[in-house]
Amino acid sequence: MGVPVRRFDAVIVGGGGAGLRAALQLSESGLKTAVLSKVFPTRSHTVAAQGGISASLGNVQEDHWEWHMYDTVKGSDWLGDQDAIEYMCRKAPEAVIELEHFGMPFDRLENGKIYQRPFGGHTQHNGKTPVQRACAAADRTGHAMLHTLYQRNVRANTQFFVEWMALDLIRDADGDVVGVTALEMETGEIYIFHAKAVLFATGGAGRIYSASTNAFINTGDGLGMAVRAGLPLEDMEFWQFHPTGVAGAGVLITEGVRGEGGILLNADGERFMERYAPNLKDLAPRDFVSRSMELEVLEGRGCGPHKDYVLLKLDHLGPDIINQRLPGIREIAIKFAGVDPIKDPIPVIPTCHYMMGGIPTNWRGEVVMPKGGDPESRVNGFYAAGECACASVHGANRLGTNSLLDLVVFGKSAGDHMIDYIRGEMPDWKPLPADAAGPSLARIARLDNQTGGEDVAEVRAAMQRTVQSRAGVFRNAANMALGVEEIAAVAERAKFTQIKDKSKVFNTARTEALELDNLIEIAVATLVAADGRKESRGAHAHDDFPHRDDENWMKHSLFFGEGRRMEYKPVHTRPLTVDYIPPKERTF
Amino acid sequence: MATIRFSIYRYNPEADAKPYMQDYEIELGPKDIKLLDVINKLKAMDDTLSFRRSCREGICGSDAMNINGKNGLACITNVADLSQPVTLRPLPGLPVIRDLIVDMTQFFKQYHSIKPYVINDSPRPERERLQSPEQRKELDGLYECILCACCSTSCPSFWWNPDKFVGPAGLLAAYRFIADTRDEATSERLDNLEDPYRLFRCHTIMNCVDVCPKHLNPTRAIGKIKDLMVKRAI
Repeated sequence: MGVPVRRFDAVIVGGGGAGLRAALQLSESGLKTAVLSKVFPTRSHTVAAQGGISASLGNVQEDHWEWHMYDTVKGSDWLGDQDAIEYMCRKAPEAVIELEHFGMPFDRLENGKIYQRPFGGHTQHNGKTPVQRACAAADRTGHAMLHTLYQRNVRANTQFFVEWMALDLIRDADGDVVGVTALEMETGEIYIFHAKAVLFATGGAGRIYSASTNAFINTGDGLGMAVRAGLPLEDMEFWQFHPTGVAGAGVLITEGVRGEGGILLNADGERFMERYAPNLKDLAPRDFVSRSMELEVLEGRGCGPHKDYVLLKLDHLGPDIINQRLPGIREIAIKFAGVDPIKDPIPVIPTCHYMMGGIPTNWRGEVVMPKGGDPESRVNGFYAAGECACASVHGANRLGTNSLLDLVVFGKSAGDHMIDYIRGEMPDWKPLPADAAGPSLARIARLDNQTGGEDVAEVRAAMQRTVQSRAGVFRNAANMALGVEEIAAVAERAKFTQIKDKSKVFNTARTEALELDNLIEIAVATLVAADGRKESRGAHAHDDFPHRDDENWMKHSLFFGEGRRMEYKPVHTRPLTVDYIPPKERTF
Repeated sequence: MATIRFSIYRYNPEADAKPYMQDYEIELGPKDIKLLDVINKLKAMDDTLSFRRSCREGICGSDAMNINGKNGLACITNVADLSQPVTLRPLPGLPVIRDLIVDMTQFFKQYHSIKPYVINDSPRPERERLQSPEQRKELDGLYECILCACCSTSCPSFWWNPDKFVGPAGLLAAYRFIADTRDEATSERLDNLEDPYRLFRCHTIMNCVDVCPKHLNPTRAIGKIKDLMVKRAI
């Protein structure tokens, strides 16, 4: 088959925050770079981030990156790698200042500096009191950041392939990555992108759950491609439930609401977080607040006719603060909850929001996997950054505002290290293996020829129901074991999905079927990894093992698609320049 | 629950000699509140129906379409508010790729033509460039654009001259950078718009203001650019 080949120094898959930040680095370096995105870049899900990006600028109160690092390590429940966490927190002020110089429209303080608001888990003096560390553009920080990065890429003349969906990773006989296959959605044609280095910045996969704050496009395409190419996924049992999704609709209400002074109330009108987290109260980290909310509902103190949600009250902030700092939230509450928060509280429930796990990388953005006794041997030519990557800076629970920071810090780091790799180690392209597009063509042919199969929407709904019911906020052994069996059965069904639309031009039925291939890999990884971890840590709350077990379980999990088996590797306990932060009990 | 009737523009270039309108009828469930919820359900019934969608909360700008004659985002439109049959067409004035999916190349070309980035060649300070809250407020109502193209594709001037008239979205962006105290290229930006078409084809019809799903006002921004043109001419 004559599949056309296009050749670039670097190929970036994904046009969200991480992809665009890396693209800027590579385009400005003069290397021939292609950015593939299945949606126009400003439609990427970074656009929906609301509350802020963290950096210890100290514009409002004294702050230091070491405190930010401490909070992130503690937030991660000591599963985060301390070298990567140090790198991110140390680089944060520089990264945010750079965004400001790029033109990002941050809100301002009276003295003209960037406005900062409090956010969950961010403190002064290693946990003493909340600190204003989240740099914000109203409650549209992700939108402001993504558009600014896109605009900067327009300036840099970055070459975009818009509405091109990457299908599979191409590895050669040495296991090195030499490119990807991709589908041009407008024509339905398949191409090979031959590259010296490939970066995945493909975002999250919240769509494995039925209720998620995530966009429809968040189908974890990079993770699916990695698993199919024989690479492991790290820490997939850890999914963040954001405390405040609009009940019923799933749409996100930023933690910035609580940062500005909003509070959570149960059916008795009690500010229940004071009971669970006497110090940080409503601004405790997300895993902690979500569990507290679930307990309120389980113990019969939920609100509404079915007693199944709690209330987020912010009317006491007054119309001025709401209209100035939280205008987008007001709009969302009116449109999706039918309440105007200036007058009435918003019904909220914990909703799947963020994937802490992902493709294993180090702080340089290099993808790593176990090989010959080395748990972290570099996969040559392969990089990942942003939500699809696991560096791991978020460990078992991510702090709010650390995701936008992750995108720009590791997007840049990956870009820089790709430049070094391409210039230093790759004078020429490694040859493509024979039949490089074979697996992708086979997937397309399967869909073209499938008869008598199930609808994609049906199988996807079955997957979502399974993950939602078996890998929620609270988990137990019996439930997860059932989940492993059920998801294996759904994965079997996914092999025989059928689409009625067999056309080529912008066939979104086909795209959804290809996305389901990716989602299924992630759903399986999630349940197998969750079933494997016999402790409670961060977002993984195991009823049968209610405590953290550092002796046996302070380790990262690695899921391999082949045989659906688990391996484990040590957490990085050695920061780059500062002292190790040893584990402590996690109270707030 | 109620049944709802649709009439939807269909065109598949591989199969259809020309576009046609297809009728659908669907039962509304309790969770079918927004138009996007319902057309997702239609797609589950008929997977050939093609449209773009992503965030489903009005921030990504993917699902702009012409709804009962007016441009808007499907994900923030209440289906109960629409008269029946609900008539869906692609955004007007741009080439149709398939069904409700239009080719937005010309729209983005105009956006790119205004140099949509802060131009500032002075040496970068160590810290942020300072901006007072009042100066920052000048960007409100400008930076929130989601590039959905509802405005430009509702503008008759853009329909007639999509290659020459920048259109409301692009001009809103142009003013966003002119209004930014950190930008040093105001005069270059005005030069870039000083021609009979690029700016001056705006005849203040104000369809753009009427349809903007983010409640922005491109006409006002265009007026401010015109004022600056006049001021510098004197």
